[in-house]
Amino acid sequence: MEKRAIDWWVGIFVLLGIAALVVLALRVGNLSGFAYNDGYVLHADFTNVGSLKVRSPVRLGGVTIGEVTHIGMDPKTFMANVTMRIEPKVKLPTDTGASIYTEGLLGEQYVAVQPGGMPQDLKPGGTITMTQSAVNIDQLIGQMVFDKASGSK
Amino acid sequence: MAFLDFVPNLGRQVLLTIPNLGAAARFLLRSLVAVINRHFSIQQLLKQVYGFGVRSLLLMIVAAFFTGMVLGFQGYYALVRFGATSALGTLVALSLLRELGPVLTALLFAGRAGSALTAEISSMKATEQLNAMEMMAVNPFAWVVAPRLWAGIIVVPILCAIFDLVGIFGGYLISVPVLGVDGGTFWAQMQSNVTFSGDILTGLFKALCFGLVVTWIAAWQGYAAQPTAEGVGNATTRSVVTASLAVLGLDFILTAFLFT
Repeated sequence: MEKRAIDWWVGIFVLLGIAALVVLALRVGNLSGFAYNDGYVLHADFTNVGSLKVRSPVRLGGVTIGEVTHIGMDPKTFMANVTMRIEPKVKLPTDTGASIYTEGLLGEQYVAVQPGGMPQDLKPGGTITMTQSAVNIDQLIGQMVFDKASGSK
Repeated sequence: MAFLDFVPNLGRQVLLTIPNLGAAARFLLRSLVAVINRHFSIQQLLKQVYGFGVRSLLLMIVAAFFTGMVLGFQGYYALVRFGATSALGTLVALSLLRELGPVLTALLFAGRAGSALTAEISSMKATEQLNAMEMMAVNPFAWVVAPRLWAGIIVVPILCAIFDLVGIFGGYLISVPVLGVDGGTFWAQMQSNVTFSGDILTGLFKALCFGLVVTWIAAWQGYAAQPTAEGVGNATTRSVVTASLAVLGLDFILTAFLFT
């Protein structure tokens, strides 16, 4: 009887541990966030990606439609190459534009896509050519100060 | 004069420590390998998992809950000055998963289970039970040490996973209903910044290493104790002190290797 009670408790203990791990994975680590696994891949070249990260969201009109899967550097053009995975039901026209925006003043950066009007859709593995890089606040401030200084003369 | 004593004492300490480390390493290997010995019993292992794990569960849950709540408070007051309370979920989750979960679990485990383990083995030695086992051709490594060692390795990651989860829940309870951080942002920011393999699994891997080290030190201190009443007491104290310091030191090394 005593032995059986211990077996039960150990079993419950191990199950608790596994349950905790599963909840951590799904709720905290967002393992379920690989919902874009069946999505198709698009590329976009930016001159500056700012602090964009792998798994940053891709949004269309504020709605998340995919995520960034890889960020690399093209050694020939010196452009940052961003690879994204997009939900299969979202078909983007070939003249779609992509920009990197910041959520609020200090928030995370994300890729915003603006669909164009062309009848043809981007094929899986295609490249978005019209891109707008991340806004560099330091550069903006520097420019503003410089403009002010030269304007007052 | 005191200084002149210091130099030879240092030399003596080094000479004593090195063979001790070797003996402790051999002790660990013999105990880990003893799983294949016929005197190793699953029933013994389950009994130790029950003693180490199930009976530490309440302590871990309470500790984790309060740790998470304190993290929520402190993080909120630090972040609110920059208007960055949206990062509170990330802060609570990453601190717990990467550092506080494994380390606090291991430290509490060293105090709760490690000390008891040292006291048990050293008093077995003091009352010559270990010798008696060898006389009966029962391998004390397989019968006494191995189940405890493996139980430690199994139990600490499980306790750590529960600690992480309860801690994050505690942090959530303070952040969202009490301090008024937006619940959606709390979870969304956490989910976009925590990775399963990079943060959750490496944290649990840390816990596994700590489980091994804490039970190893505790069992070795018990095994190497002076077989007297005083020796049992000394060994228990040394076990907790050494294990705690080892956890903190090892944590630094593991962090340097795992999170770069």
